[in-house]
Amino acid sequence: MQVERASTLDVRTSEDVVKVRQEVRNRTAAVGFSLVDQTKFVTAASEIARNTIDHGGGGVARIETLMAAGKRGVRLIFEDQGPGINDIKLAMQDGYSTGGGLGMGLPGSKRLSNEFHVESTPGEGTKVTLVRWKSS
Amino acid sequence: MEQIPILKVGRCLLVSIQIDMHDKLAMALQDDLTHKLVESRARGVLIDISALDLVDSFIGRMLSNIAAMARVLDAQTVVVGMRPQVAITLVELGLTLTGIQTALDVDRGLTLINRLIDAEGEHGAGGAR
Repeated sequence: MQVERASTLDVRTSEDVVKVRQEVRNRTAAVGFSLVDQTKFVTAASEIARNTIDHGGGGVARIETLMAAGKRGVRLIFEDQGPGINDIKLAMQDGYSTGGGLGMGLPGSKRLSNEFHVESTPGEGTKVTLVRWKSS
Repeated sequence: MEQIPILKVGRCLLVSIQIDMHDKLAMALQDDLTHKLVESRARGVLIDISALDLVDSFIGRMLSNIAAMARVLDAQTVVVGMRPQVAITLVELGLTLTGIQTALDVDRGLTLINRLIDAEGEHGAGGAR
């Protein structure tokens, strides 16, 4: 797998979430995602960016354009140094929330991505990786 | 500070969201609408989201909150103009937009909201106004 282009954005304020959405919109459009697929991945990015702020105390988002076996896609990596997630399995359940939200963020974003991975160490932080490929 | 305009049209408040809202702006809109509803004694809220290219869980929750709050203040809420790709994404995300009535465009939304207000009136709800 080859990373064609990468950029890193701060994710600290609600304005930053809008910037992440815009960058993901531009990248997915440049790769040639359909309008529906763009919207799905931008929405997933918005959910995880907000989690990074609300649960992780802010962090960074790395946005990469990928090329693998003739397929093109976009990978998003959100990292924070917050308190981490104690029980990832529980956090992945629909409707489970510790932050007073709807509990849609993680499970909903997973449904909107082709690949979805959460790594977290309590006390050290969380890393969420999302990939969506251009559908052929 | 940015602000989303709220217009009074007949018995309704009309809000057209034309920008990619950050969360604080969405919260401000919710507050502004509450005050405007009381002030104007409007019976309906029509929210046009045809310019929104995304509705995530935060914006979805804001729309549900507005509808719930309007209900308590004796007003009906109708959301109009959702783009097809936004609707598809909302369903896959798992959001149901509880308590929200929708219509395809502003015209149909106004017709629906007026019908809802008239139906309410017949039952005597909100008679104190």
